[in-house]
Amino acid sequence: MFTRSTKLTPALLRRYATTAATAQGKFDPSVPIKPLTSILIANRGEIALRVAKTATKNGIRTTTVYTDPDAKSQHALVSPFAVNLGDVKAYLDGEKILKAAKERGVGGIHPGYGFLSENSKFARRCEEEGIVFIGPPASAIEAMGNKSESKDIMLKAGVPCVPGYHGTNQDPAFLLEEAKKIGFPVLVKAVKGGGGKGMRIAMTAEEFPEMLESAKSEARSSFGDDVVLVEKYITVPRHIEVQVFADAHGNCVALGERDCSVQRRHQKILEESPAPNLDDAIRKDIWEKARAAALAVGYRGAGTVEFIFDNDSGEFFFMEMNTRLQVEHPVTEMVTGTDLVHWQLLVASGFPLPLTQEQVEAQMGGHAFEARIYAENPDANFMPDSGTLVHLRTPETSEDIRIDAGFGEGDLISTNYDPMIAKLIVRGNNREEALLKMKAALEQYEIAGMSTNIEFIKRLCSSPAFIAGEVETGYIEKHRAELFTPSVTPPEVYAQAALSHVLSQTLSDSEPFSSLGGNLGFTPSMQSRTINLIEKHHDSEPVTIPVRIDQIAKNTYTITVKDTTFPHITISPESSAKKLTTFYPHTRLESTVVRTSSTDLSIFQLGKLYKLSLAPPSWFAKALGAKDLSHSVLAPMPCKVIRVLVQEGEEVKKDQPLVVIESMKMETVIRSPKEAKVGKVVHQVGDVVKQGTELVEFENDETSQ
Amino acid sequence: MRLLLRSPVVPRLLQKQTQQRISPLCARRNVSTHSDVQFETALSTIRSQIDTSSPEFKKKQEEMSTLVSKLQELHQKIALGGPEKAREKHIQRGKMLPRDRITALLDTGSAFMELSPLAGHGVYGEDVPAGGIITGIGKVSGVECMIVANDSTVKGGTYYPITVKKHLRAQAVAQENRLPCIYLVDSGGANLPHQADVFPDKEHFGRIFFNQANMSAQGIPQISVVMGPCTAGGAYVPAMSDENIIVQNQGTIFLAGPPLVKAATGEVVSAEDLGGGDLHSKISGVTDYLAVDDAHALALARRCIANLNWPAVPETEKAADPPVYDPKELNGIIGTNLRTQTDAREIIARIVDGSRFSEFKENYGTTLVTGFAKIHGYPVGIVANNGILFSESSLKGAHFIQLCNKRNIPLLFLQNISGFMVGTDAEKGGIAKNGAKLVTAVATATVPKFTVVVGASYGAGNYGMCGRAYSPRLLFMWPNSKIGVMGSEQLTSVMETVGKKVDPELKERIDREGEAVFSSSRLWDDGVIKPEDTRSVLGLGLRAAYAGKTEGWKERDERWGVFRM
Repeated sequence: MFTRSTKLTPALLRRYATTAATAQGKFDPSVPIKPLTSILIANRGEIALRVAKTATKNGIRTTTVYTDPDAKSQHALVSPFAVNLGDVKAYLDGEKILKAAKERGVGGIHPGYGFLSENSKFARRCEEEGIVFIGPPASAIEAMGNKSESKDIMLKAGVPCVPGYHGTNQDPAFLLEEAKKIGFPVLVKAVKGGGGKGMRIAMTAEEFPEMLESAKSEARSSFGDDVVLVEKYITVPRHIEVQVFADAHGNCVALGERDCSVQRRHQKILEESPAPNLDDAIRKDIWEKARAAALAVGYRGAGTVEFIFDNDSGEFFFMEMNTRLQVEHPVTEMVTGTDLVHWQLLVASGFPLPLTQEQVEAQMGGHAFEARIYAENPDANFMPDSGTLVHLRTPETSEDIRIDAGFGEGDLISTNYDPMIAKLIVRGNNREEALLKMKAALEQYEIAGMSTNIEFIKRLCSSPAFIAGEVETGYIEKHRAELFTPSVTPPEVYAQAALSHVLSQTLSDSEPFSSLGGNLGFTPSMQSRTINLIEKHHDSEPVTIPVRIDQIAKNTYTITVKDTTFPHITISPESSAKKLTTFYPHTRLESTVVRTSSTDLSIFQLGKLYKLSLAPPSWFAKALGAKDLSHSVLAPMPCKVIRVLVQEGEEVKKDQPLVVIESMKMETVIRSPKEAKVGKVVHQVGDVVKQGTELVEFENDETSQ
Repeated sequence: MRLLLRSPVVPRLLQKQTQQRISPLCARRNVSTHSDVQFETALSTIRSQIDTSSPEFKKKQEEMSTLVSKLQELHQKIALGGPEKAREKHIQRGKMLPRDRITALLDTGSAFMELSPLAGHGVYGEDVPAGGIITGIGKVSGVECMIVANDSTVKGGTYYPITVKKHLRAQAVAQENRLPCIYLVDSGGANLPHQADVFPDKEHFGRIFFNQANMSAQGIPQISVVMGPCTAGGAYVPAMSDENIIVQNQGTIFLAGPPLVKAATGEVVSAEDLGGGDLHSKISGVTDYLAVDDAHALALARRCIANLNWPAVPETEKAADPPVYDPKELNGIIGTNLRTQTDAREIIARIVDGSRFSEFKENYGTTLVTGFAKIHGYPVGIVANNGILFSESSLKGAHFIQLCNKRNIPLLFLQNISGFMVGTDAEKGGIAKNGAKLVTAVATATVPKFTVVVGASYGAGNYGMCGRAYSPRLLFMWPNSKIGVMGSEQLTSVMETVGKKVDPELKERIDREGEAVFSSSRLWDDGVIKPEDTRSVLGLGLRAAYAGKTEGWKERDERWGVFRM
């Protein structure tokens, strides 16, 4: 108990008592307690906002930082104390941030996740400057940051590890030998890496060198260090991680586990707690091993111990420890009823943990899910997307529905940073209930302006195996056919889209010419138009759907979509092109139709999103004299060219890599769509290009079939 | 006299009670009883006496509906255009049908007031649907415009005499209302077999270009879209326009086509090389914009209108309320038998905003109903027949027309007139001079006039009630209406009285020539309309009139006050 401490003033005790309840943990009176009164958040987006929220709630002044492209983003505006760091990469500029922190006289720096959160040098510099780094000690970051070192520590502490080579010899031939010893498939992973970056799987010895080089290259550009480790790749694994929290008094608790098995591109998209279909004895064992791991490195603050879990054998292996607060921490907060950022602030101030392991377990309850809403295109191998949030509607939040977002309507999701838009977290009394709530919330989540994974997550949440809790890291690959089957668009969607388009062009005046359109007099209506809509499902040719709209009177139309005719439908007078309520003979439909560009439409109807575009008129291309791009390879997204692999005049095979581009910190290899001869490499290494820009032009001859 | 005179009863009682308590010295001034504006409004609201469930109403309604559906079929057939073969060929050439062209030109949701779709029907012993030309008013890029579109599926779009008349009528409407003109040209020029009735006279082909020049001079824009041939005289339609658009490999403009050129000079040349879009847009400068197809040309035409810098029309009263009584009831009210008298107020109640009508001189000259109302928010003075015109009713009409003209209120004439009263008493009372006063007032009124023939339009009554000769801006007929010097029965008896024998064929011919379809096919009016559409059509007409209104309609320097007749 704290009465032993002479350093605690009654005021501090009162403040602490409100959150700490009656903890029974260890207390070391020699630990200085120095409550934080002002912090700087060295991050951006949702995590900056999330940290600011807790800090502000506890009366702690927050200073945020931003870069030039982020000047008007939410996190830059959340606090009156905001520092411009300038350069786009400045979130990684530790010295600049430290300078700002000192100038502003802040007591601590919260690094969030990513950026400087696991940078031991920065943590050490903070210590040197007398600023509290709200995270683990630099030594713990170092110990866990080096994958091979961390494994040694773990093995000593009795935590099981995956077999592999974690040494310093980086000779490709040697690594190949090691890989062969471990047995394929193997995982090549940057020692400094994380979040799937600098990570490749080599299925065979043949593709090992290419994967090795690719992992090293990505590691170099992301972390400035290309040392990799090679280890056994478990083919049917689950990703289970334990949230641990340790203080300076020698306490360490495990706040339950999270299952983060559902991943794409080795990055999590759907996390839950507790892990489904996990034996309680194993669960408790994993918690114990996680606490042991944290204690082994003298950990302090929030950390996550990641395990690979073999569903068949029930074995689990230590993978790594993330020495930061993770993206998916709200899942744990929801089931444990805690505020982990507040815990971080308490621990950083020198206070002991508010709860003991027993108390944590006692107040744990229910089931929570987190869906990460990304600007990405699941149909194009989850390729990141960018753009302006032209339209944003979020589900109503409550105790059980939480949204952590860093962006609002009108904000730009730029290519400079991570494409995560928001996190949707729900809690239910059990897994089934939580999943139902998740589905319902996703149906209310509307984003237009870029591709997102919302529709994909909806399908995931309805996938029978997922509902049954049969999760594994290869889930998406295994259920690809089910998850990527394009849904059939009902004819009413086309009708609503066309109607919205007509409304957007319709005169709004009350004078007779505007209000009397439709059938007037004996002659047929002069307002019969065909709207051609284009629908493109992934991997198939675009289909044109003609929708005929006959205006009969003001707000009354007959609509024909292919063979279906909806006679005399009426729209409510309050309807607009964006929000329309239409009364069909058989039902009432409410749709939100968002024009995301001059020709693209996003239609939200009955909880689903449909994307259509307006066909340009017959004369459009001719009148504009558009260039024929059928012999060119175009940039699939805004990107930077980082490698050019072909030369002008070179004959290339189908699927041969042409150039490598980087966007949203992800490398993508652009492959040749056909056998052809390269006519021109339009852009060189270092060029930053817009989406749709020509990258490589082929020669237009007989070989290019 | 209508419902509400009972309302002041309670206040009056209260007044009495208060007076008793007040000392005699203070009792000199009475307290004014406030009448709420609602009661004032109710005072002007017409109370219909029609029983829509009566057998008489139902019979009339059925007869009228039969007539209406016959006309509907006729219009639908005409709206198809030329023969199927010609239409197919037209589409195969990548051309849009003229009505589709108009749709593409119009703003989405805009009404189109088509003029005289029956033109040429049964006139030439061969089908000339809509007279081979479609004309009407609609909104283009937010501006009310007159659209004139040749239908080349009808005899190659050549000009019959009725085509010329319809084209000129459209120009007259445009000029009067100051509406920008868009000509969708696709015509082979004058119809040669009819050249004598098309070419030489004042109101013939040449007048089209005379009008274009004069409208352009008055600042009424003239825009041409060349979507087919413009040969000889036809070449002047685009040539006389302010701005021109031509469709590549489709539109041609030349004073003489390739056959005539070959005959005259021996030069062999294709139509495209002689006067195609490329030549005129790049070399001769006859056209200003080159389009790749019809839809592109129409998009360019919309852009031209958007760049007119046309003044916005001042907004009138917002949200006009519809009539209290259903306009569809008009069918059962009027019927098809012109012998039965219909109370004009029943018709007015189904045309004007809120069925509100402020009647003027209600109890004087009761065979003519006059009063003020609004249609789609626009004020109108209504003059409607309620029987034969007597001296008193003529004087009342003349008085009312003067009022409206002084106040800049457009006039609406609802014609249902068999003529002025005849006989010794009438002549003694000076019916000739009194009727002349009405005719004078009608003829000289400068506000926009609109006429709807809802029943009979016979004899001098036609003049007094603003017939075609008195230049109403628009004149429409109901399907049941009849027009002529007199009805066939009177005509027969008159002729018999003067000693001439009337054969049944003549009677039949007179009957047929009096019908609305006969009138409309000869352009004696601007179209036959469904009674229920009257309000909408008048709303559009009023809007068009207001669209071109500059500073009031009074042009003449009037030195007289309003004469009490």
